[in-house]
Amino acid sequence: MSAPVLELSGLSKRFGAVQANADVDLSLGRGEVLALLGENGAGKTTLMNMLFGHYLPDAGHIRVDDGQGLRDLPLGHPQAALSAGIGMVHQHFTLAENLSALDNILLGVGSLLSRRKRGGAARAHVEDVMARSGLQVALDTRVSRLTVGERQRVEILKALVRNTRILVLDEPTAVLTPQEADSLFANLHQLAVDGLSVIFISHKLREVLAFSDRIAVLRHGRKVGEIATAEADERRIARLMVGAEAPQVERAPMDPGAPVLELSGIRCEAASARDRLSDVSLTVHAREIVGIAGVSGNGQAALAAVISGLRAPDAGEIRVGGALPARHTPAALIRAGVGRIPEDRHHDGVVGSMSVAENLILERLDGPDVQRRGFLRRRQIDAAAIAAVEEFDIRGPGPDAPVRLLSGGNMQKMILARVFRAAPKLILANQPTRGLDLGAAAEVGRRLVAACGDGAGVLLISEDLDELIALSDRILVMVDGRLTEAPRRDRTEIGLMMAGAAA
Amino acid sequence: MADILSILLSDSFWAAALRIATPLIFGVLGALLCERSGVLNLGIEGIFVAGAMTGWLAVWMGAPLWLGVLAAALAGAGFGLIHAILTVPLGLSQHVSGLGVTMLATSVAYFTYRTALPDVTSPPRITPFQPLDIPLLSDLPFVGPVLFQQTALTWLALGCVFLVWYVLNRMSLGVALRAVGDNPDAVDAQGLSVYGLRIGAVMAGSALMALGGAFLTMSAFDAFFFGMVNGRGWICIALVIFASWRPGKALLGALLFGAFDAFQVRLQTEVGAMVPGQVFLMAPYILSIIALVVAARGADYPRALLTPWFKGQR
Repeated sequence: MSAPVLELSGLSKRFGAVQANADVDLSLGRGEVLALLGENGAGKTTLMNMLFGHYLPDAGHIRVDDGQGLRDLPLGHPQAALSAGIGMVHQHFTLAENLSALDNILLGVGSLLSRRKRGGAARAHVEDVMARSGLQVALDTRVSRLTVGERQRVEILKALVRNTRILVLDEPTAVLTPQEADSLFANLHQLAVDGLSVIFISHKLREVLAFSDRIAVLRHGRKVGEIATAEADERRIARLMVGAEAPQVERAPMDPGAPVLELSGIRCEAASARDRLSDVSLTVHAREIVGIAGVSGNGQAALAAVISGLRAPDAGEIRVGGALPARHTPAALIRAGVGRIPEDRHHDGVVGSMSVAENLILERLDGPDVQRRGFLRRRQIDAAAIAAVEEFDIRGPGPDAPVRLLSGGNMQKMILARVFRAAPKLILANQPTRGLDLGAAAEVGRRLVAACGDGAGVLLISEDLDELIALSDRILVMVDGRLTEAPRRDRTEIGLMMAGAAA
Repeated sequence: MADILSILLSDSFWAAALRIATPLIFGVLGALLCERSGVLNLGIEGIFVAGAMTGWLAVWMGAPLWLGVLAAALAGAGFGLIHAILTVPLGLSQHVSGLGVTMLATSVAYFTYRTALPDVTSPPRITPFQPLDIPLLSDLPFVGPVLFQQTALTWLALGCVFLVWYVLNRMSLGVALRAVGDNPDAVDAQGLSVYGLRIGAVMAGSALMALGGAFLTMSAFDAFFFGMVNGRGWICIALVIFASWRPGKALLGALLFGAFDAFQVRLQTEVGAMVPGQVFLMAPYILSIIALVVAARGADYPRALLTPWFKGQR
């Protein structure tokens, strides 16, 4: 490796109960392309946001070469990172769509009181950068009329015209077609040859192996490995990514009963891959936990939306407890016996300003124990809420307090109480432990296993392989809107399948 | 029919249209500037009142006319600062804060007026801006009376149209302002201050709104009285949409409204005997609503309008 232009040492960051990064060291050479690899939530984006000054690290140093050797970078100031020559291309573009590509590229270059730069030297400079990098865009077109690939080129050009020497790209290919991705990497390679140092975040093994010089792998916020790409192979990286420790708790298998959920040939058309399903068939039996593994954005959201009734599939059939639901609406599916633990509990799971007691009855407002002739039966509702708080150990100010005051773990317990009280045939658990600390996550797992013992079937969608392997009877892997049964409960094998390599 | 045509062709009609449009030009430019940065400023109605009162009071207390104009602009910028602090760094509801500023500014203006003049019954008069009688040009047929016999504040309003257009379209500052109203993250990622741009835009816009008020007491009339703003601020909020947030179209919208208003006054004297007067008073507003419906369909809102932005959250 050539002389380093960037050194991160001992970077740590904690958000509440979650340790997003712990003691990460990383260095980058001039003209080097480094791939930062890891599962969702491994801490890649947090690390890069600390580098760029969006987050203030709890501990650690960043040193950047400013031409005369490595110097400490003031932490927590994007402006300092920019002037040190660090450019970042965020996963969500930071472009003003009402401006032309050129205006976006030159935004903030020079004094605000100067004339708008539309021609002359500024434009010539941008055109020169375009020619050298091979990143071509129509400069006078409004960004709202550009394709996603073109917008990304604008983002990169934005960084390059500011004499960026270190370019950070957060999942640059997540939104691109394979052809666009290939041409992007060809351009980046050219820029690296000219001396630009590049860090790109990805979880696609193929592009990491094809286009990087070195690979650093993060897992649970720590750097768990670093390999020169020339010495790496898919199997070795996959093992680093998902970890090699033995699954913690093996669950005693139970006798599966009758099918509670049968999907056959479900198809959903959509523009983006995250909402697409192609020919998904799946059966969940009573007393069985079926796990869905996969990198997020591969169709899990669409699958959950179909099963919870939020979205009608374009083709295919769904049966709950052996029967077709009367209509494909959330209400009909709840009545048919689907209990839902939504992915985003704050957004889809609770009404924050309403009390715990009120949230507990939200899905069954017409129940005889909830209302009589349209009037709420407050005493029954309150008694049931007190019982639920007791049984599920929902800690907080009490059943009358607004739900938004509860911590994430207690909010999730409240949702579990709501789901379980309806005695569902099928429980759809979408990322049920995301953002929870270990204790709360274990509690959720125990409850799911217990519900399963009581005769429910559970469909568990998760990105956490440890959790899936510990809890599931069977695991299916979702890639690009398709489900494939994992042949073995082997984390390396599943990791490879998740990354799109043939199993 | 001949009556209507003779109204439309008379120079006094067009002179009146431009005069009526002047406060609206100031107001619509001010609202446009605020909204381009992503902040709706419903304080406009109250800021009109505050500007009208401040400018008039300064002159009544002995200040020269232009110092009165400056005082009005500063008062407007001050109320703009209140709205900006509440809505930009604190991120409160722009509707609620704006209506609050309208009530606050109106009450403060009336209170100050009453405190300064506890015993007067008929509003005292000042010597307002006089029509600029430009030699030669004022004597041109038609164009002379319409354009060259207006007061200096009307010319200031027309100058502001050009100034706002120039800043928005020909300066780096304008590019940054338009960007912050579309996607504040874009501005932040380039190391510019989202808060600074928005607070500045709201203060500058509010100062323009106050000039609209000052025109009423210092040019159109020569005294301050209660209820004189009479919804002109709200009309500006509608005209911004009609103008699709463009200064040139803002001028057009204000002139159109001024023309409706001048037209109804004249029509009333022609055919007033047959139709109740209230119908004519309604006419400009109804025509504005129709114009708005036609023009605002598919309006290209600044995408970040009404959305607060907080540093460090993405």
